[in-house]
Amino acid sequence: MDERAPILRTEGLSKHFGGLAAVREVALTCRVGELHAVIGPNGAGKTTLINLLSGDLPPTSGRIAVAGNDVTGLPAHRISRLGVGRSYQKTNIFLPFTGFENCRLAAQSRLQPSMRFFAPAHAHAPTRAAAERALAMAGLEGRADVVAASLSHGEQRQLEIAMTLATAPRLLLLDEPLAGMGAEESAQIVALLKRLRADHAILLVEHDMDAVFAVADTLTVMVDGAVLATGAPDAIRANRAVQEAYLGSGEAENVSS
Amino acid sequence: MSAASPGRRASVAGAAVLLACLAALLLMPLGVDKFYVQLVTKMMIMAVFAMSLDLLIGFTGLVSFGHAAYFGVAGYVLAYAAPQYQAASLWVSLPLAMAVSAFLALVIGLFVLRTSGVYFIMVTLAFAQMLYFVFHDTKLAGGTDGVYIYARPDAALGEWAGGWKPFDLENFVHLYYVVLALLVLTWIVLRRVLDSPFGRVIAGIKVNEPRMRSLGYATFRYKLASFVIAGTLAGTAGYFAAAQFGYVNPDLLGWHLSGSAIMMVILGGMGTLGGAALGAFMMMLLELLFQGLTKHWQLLMGCSIVGVALLLPHGLLGTVAAWWGRRATTGDTERTDG
Ligand SMILES: Nc1ncnc2c1ncn2[C@@H]1O[C@H](COP(=O)(O)OP(=O)(O)OP(=O)(O)O)[C@@H](O)[C@H]1O
Ligand SMILES: [Mg+2]
Repeated sequence: MDERAPILRTEGLSKHFGGLAAVREVALTCRVGELHAVIGPNGAGKTTLINLLSGDLPPTSGRIAVAGNDVTGLPAHRISRLGVGRSYQKTNIFLPFTGFENCRLAAQSRLQPSMRFFAPAHAHAPTRAAAERALAMAGLEGRADVVAASLSHGEQRQLEIAMTLATAPRLLLLDEPLAGMGAEESAQIVALLKRLRADHAILLVEHDMDAVFAVADTLTVMVDGAVLATGAPDAIRANRAVQEAYLGSGEAENVSS
Repeated sequence: MSAASPGRRASVAGAAVLLACLAALLLMPLGVDKFYVQLVTKMMIMAVFAMSLDLLIGFTGLVSFGHAAYFGVAGYVLAYAAPQYQAASLWVSLPLAMAVSAFLALVIGLFVLRTSGVYFIMVTLAFAQMLYFVFHDTKLAGGTDGVYIYARPDAALGEWAGGWKPFDLENFVHLYYVVLALLVLTWIVLRRVLDSPFGRVIAGIKVNEPRMRSLGYATFRYKLASFVIAGTLAGTAGYFAAAQFGYVNPDLLGWHLSGSAIMMVILGGMGTLGGAALGAFMMMLLELLFQGLTKHWQLLMGCSIVGVALLLPHGLLGTVAAWWGRRATTGDTERTDG
């Protein structure tokens, strides 16, 4: 396959909840080496868009292709197995398990064949290594043995990202990874995103505009479910319609989250 | 990982208790009457049944209210497999009974696992009751009265082994040890399965199934596999129950027995294999005790269940384990593995 062909491509993607069009006619692409940020006010449909891409929700209409294959309507686990990893805005982890077990379980999902009944799970070295790598990448190396429920809110956010990384995805769908993190952890994750970008395609939904403008190669602005503008960060910053609808008077920081 | 000494100490204590129980069970037939040997045989059969249900309730998060179906059907398989007044071969009829309960669990699982929560409870019950009425209302196998199994399964090996008979199930001590072996084997198999990658997946499904799906797990298949393993083990228990009792009747697959099994699991502590086994022993001991006291023993039984539910919300073993954990743990860094 062509190196530069997008790993993710959507066309006319829409989702209706009853009468509410949460996502309308969204077309976007994302390729390896690119960090594509999606921004927009609360309720713009960003999370719904990610739910469609990950298969958590079926679209009402439109198409989604991953690496050239039509995945529209496939269940979440099939899409995940194609190398699509997502994190959740609302922390979605296994609270009774340790941080390590959360990531080990995520890494184990890549085993082929996946159903194994006899050898002890903890004896599988490659899975353990993948879990430890993911924990370290998200800055949790010292906290592996702590039960997730006992982690601080910020650490749980880091664990959310670590689990996503542990499934070794090519395409990352990150829903507000920095929300709820302290400044130091945020900076760490931003640095991580810059490193990951080299060999991943990343779709990032984020309210922290400093972070977004620091890492994004492409920006898409969503308002009321529809794409208002797509382009390079500088072009978006200069875009009149965006300024009026979303960024305010060029002051991005006052966007609430 | 780090040297988790509280966890290590708890598991050493657990292993010691387990070995003590095993030693007691091994020695028991040497010192007591036939009545008690037979009683404990029955208890161990019920312990296997309860552990199989705990795989669903305690470890996969599936509250099946129709688990007696697999237990009873396997008993009927033995009844059918035995020629009248003659013994069926253990080596043919046992695998057959296990295969039939596995197949039944597979078919029923394909339907019931499309539901969840209260609907799952209801649909598992409905399937089991359907089977109950198949045996109850038709002349398939004696209707309400059931059928007698005149001879216990024959353990003689084939011609190739010169017809050698390693044990004789008509002998109550032999039956006892065979059932004890079954109990230990079931425990080992379930322990291994729970520690395997598969076991970790069902534990994850119990905690957060949607997240398991988004991590790439086809959760339906895992739940189905768990359902089939549980059904097969329940069938194995039912087979030996039929062999011991010497008869089968529709009650062996009725909702009453399904409910008792749930109570055993809850009484002992969901999600601990030892707890389910302990619950089975406790239930049957209490039953015996209360039956000796009054003919309204069911009332006393009900009261004790309510008492356990209120006072020991994690069951007998769960409460002891939690107490031990609190005593032994100093920090907040406690490990949990199923
Ligand atoms: N499952 C659902 N059922 C009905 N309506 C929904 C559902 N999920 C989202 N919505 C609605 O769709 C719209 C878009 O919501 P969404 O969560 O995608 O916004 P968002 O851009 O992620 O917002 P935020 O920045 O607050 O996270 C909102 O009006 C929301 O109420
Ligand atoms: Mg959102």
